[in-house]
Amino acid sequence: MLKVDVNKQDDIAIITVEGDIDLYSSPQVRKEIIKLTNDETKGIIVNLAGVTYMDSSGVATLVEGLQLVNDYKGKLFMCHVQGVVHDVFELSRLDKVFSIFPKEADAVKAYHEAN
Amino acid sequence: MNSIMIEIKDLVTYYGTRKILDGINLTVNRGETLIILGRSGCGKSTLLRHIIGLSKPSEGHILIKGHDITRMDEDERLPIVKKIGMLFQSGALFNSMTVGENVALPLREHTQLEQSTIGIMTRMKLDQVGLAGFENFMPAQLSGGMKKRAALARAIAMDPDILFCDEPSAGLDPIVAVGIDHLILKLKKAFKMTIVIVTHEMASVFMIADRVALLDKGRILALGTVQELQAMDNPKIQQFFNREPDPEEVDRNEYLSSLVGG
Repeated sequence: MLKVDVNKQDDIAIITVEGDIDLYSSPQVRKEIIKLTNDETKGIIVNLAGVTYMDSSGVATLVEGLQLVNDYKGKLFMCHVQGVVHDVFELSRLDKVFSIFPKEADAVKAYHEAN
Repeated sequence: MNSIMIEIKDLVTYYGTRKILDGINLTVNRGETLIILGRSGCGKSTLLRHIIGLSKPSEGHILIKGHDITRMDEDERLPIVKKIGMLFQSGALFNSMTVGENVALPLREHTQLEQSTIGIMTRMKLDQVGLAGFENFMPAQLSGGMKKRAALARAIAMDPDILFCDEPSAGLDPIVAVGIDHLILKLKKAFKMTIVIVTHEMASVFMIADRVALLDKGRILALGTVQELQAMDNPKIQQFFNREPDPEEVDRNEYLSSLVGG
């Protein structure tokens, strides 16, 4: 069972995901990202601390989000990319594409420093 | 703790009256890479066809994640088969579709994902097998090795729990072959994928096998780690690991008779 929470404060939205992101649940994450990118939310931070499994559809969803955010020159950062999620990122070589931070506070700080 | 993904019990099968598999018992654990070795015609590919449900055994049971697929009809098998990837020896790409369409096919057939997500996944899978940029090529425009890699990209499109590969390195140059081996190791690590491979490539066996099942005349002659099999005295096992040819024993009369057609 996947839980996706969005907490929006000013121009930053934190998406907190818990559970397995797979072929059947990744559209739930996509829906939230698309909502935020449609509003051109300037900073999107995806906190993956509670993610126990992520497949390629999860990674593809995040890639699409990054592309959409880049289109309006916003920022999409990841944090708590660890364990199996990190392995999947590494397999897809996306650890080189995304801006990844150890903790949520680090990602928020990086966003503020960039703006 | 190991969880059993595949359990084969007393599997027997015939082609006509000829017994091909003769009492196979085998388990494969989650996240394990099992290599099935054996000489041509020993029943390796037949065993694979049975495990994925393409052939029905004469006797015995095959359990995938606890479900006996030998007792299921096609509809019952579908949810199980969706989480299985299969790389056929021939590749089996659809020649009327582009490479990208071939890879995307299982995602379009079995998921509700948006086309944009499927497109990114397709390109990711092609990148993983070293075919980035070949999405719009037709299979006929690819070399044999590239077709095999495209077929592997399709086999892993759904991030299967279990991946079966029938001679994945056959026809590939050594650099590409070792690339496939590395990819298999990465898939295992990232997705805890259970992988069963039929191969003759001993270099692959040494690099990726957790255990090896050596098949001989439809039976499992030996099962264990590479080191365990290498330590066994059985001459058939040693012949495999030492890559020794069959001894040239010729019955003069029989040979002469075969030459003159008598």
